[in-house]
Amino acid sequence: MATIAVSIQNVSLSYRDEVVLEDISVEITAGSFVGILGPNGAGKSTLLKVILGLIRPNVGEVLIFGQKPKKLRGKGQIIGYLPQRPLTNPHFPISVLDVVLMGRYGLLGIGRRPSQRDREIALRLLAQVGMAAHAHNIIGALSGGEQQRVFIARALSVEPRLLIMDEPTISLDACAQDELYDLIHQLQEQMDLTVIMVSHDIGAISRHVGDIICLNRRIYVHQAPPIGRLGLEKTFGCSVEYLFHGEIPHRVVRIHDV
Amino acid sequence: MFDWLEPGFMQNAVVGGLLVSLICGLLSVFIVLRRMAFVGAGISHAAFGGVALGFLLQVDPFWTGLAFAILVAFLIELVQTRGRVDEDTAIGIFFAAAMAVGVLFLHFSRTYNADIFGILFGNILAIGPQQLWQVTGVTAIVLLFLLLFYKELVFLSFDEEMAWVCGVPVQAVRYLFLAVLALVIIVAIYLVGIVLVSALLVIPAAVARNLTRHIHAMLLVSTLMAVAANLAGLALSYQIDLPSGATIVVILAGLFFLASLWGRRYKASRTRS
Repeated sequence: MATIAVSIQNVSLSYRDEVVLEDISVEITAGSFVGILGPNGAGKSTLLKVILGLIRPNVGEVLIFGQKPKKLRGKGQIIGYLPQRPLTNPHFPISVLDVVLMGRYGLLGIGRRPSQRDREIALRLLAQVGMAAHAHNIIGALSGGEQQRVFIARALSVEPRLLIMDEPTISLDACAQDELYDLIHQLQEQMDLTVIMVSHDIGAISRHVGDIICLNRRIYVHQAPPIGRLGLEKTFGCSVEYLFHGEIPHRVVRIHDV
Repeated sequence: MFDWLEPGFMQNAVVGGLLVSLICGLLSVFIVLRRMAFVGAGISHAAFGGVALGFLLQVDPFWTGLAFAILVAFLIELVQTRGRVDEDTAIGIFFAAAMAVGVLFLHFSRTYNADIFGILFGNILAIGPQQLWQVTGVTAIVLLFLLLFYKELVFLSFDEEMAWVCGVPVQAVRYLFLAVLALVIIVAIYLVGIVLVSALLVIPAAVARNLTRHIHAMLLVSTLMAVAANLAGLALSYQIDLPSGATIVVILAGLFFLASLWGRRYKASRTRS
């Protein structure tokens, strides 16, 4: 039987009186590449934070490789995480190498400086994401796509088994997006990773991931692509344009009742 | 040239001032990067309540001031993390309340010889041998804290959520930083007073920010600026008989003005090249 990387059982969460997640139950197999799809405000980022242990659900349980997220973190088994806006302060005075090394800080513990080995790990990861030449540049001086690569290197510097990415391509142009997906596939293979990615880009997700979870407060669909129009419309709550990628790309739009 | 160093009280002031400006210069970098300028101002004003309590109970205001400062700092943090009140609102409430309590304490203590002006705006004559020991102890604690938690502080300043995900004990470091900040504020009050403390906590790093690109250089420049402004301020205030705390702060502000002009020119020339 395949190992379960993430198991979510009956998770519900509300802020004040507003329900954000409603009775979510899902299992993600180790080694898979899962895309979470849904409209704005569907609770996608919140679900990621619940998986990371940043937010505790009101009801239900999350297990990562059979253990609670906080317990896992306490043992130094860190989940690789690429937040939606990884550079909250664009003028922060540190170098690219410093950023990647940060991923190692929690593992090192208090009072200990990064060792030669930590630097080697960071530099190797920077080379893998194609950013070794920028190691000593200030992070804010890089372009959006370059920064994204650096933050992926940081996410991987904790030597994770699970990598979670929140809208990794949101600030990238089409070419940079494709490059990023290629890079993630490549890293997934090399490092034997389970990858969970949130996006609202239906086209990109269906081309690149193995499984799709359609989320809008609760889970509507969980299957391999392609997702049918009906499933998407249930999730998004409105008619959806779906760009199919056949031999000739064409746009399929539902005929509206006039 | 160094005749201003001759009187004994000036020697105490210079040694105390050097230590205070050293730790303020270092801590200032994290206050600016973590956008905690208002927290610093809030804690220092709250210390007034504690200092006044010291007069009322006739104990060393260092201890009561410190207790008040730490208490208010932790309350601000607690209220804010519970998410009921925004941080700046919490600071606004607590520091005004603590100051008001201080005024009441002073009223009840009926001491008319308390140097209120000195507490508010600094009085280097207040640095005697006992205060010098307090400053030395605080300096040792701050340096030890920075030595142990430097990388955690950098990560927290950069991205707290990510620091937590990567296994850094974020909450503990936040509280420790506040306690250390309260310690620094209490000893900085000797030098520049409650009202002017935030200048020492903010301006050195703000100057360094304009002149440097990496945090290591920023720490160095910030500390040098704080120490230089402090020495120059003490010398100048002695030579032409000015209030020393205010002189130090005015010099720091002047340095900031020059550094922003320089920083703008530097950046403009970089974007052109």
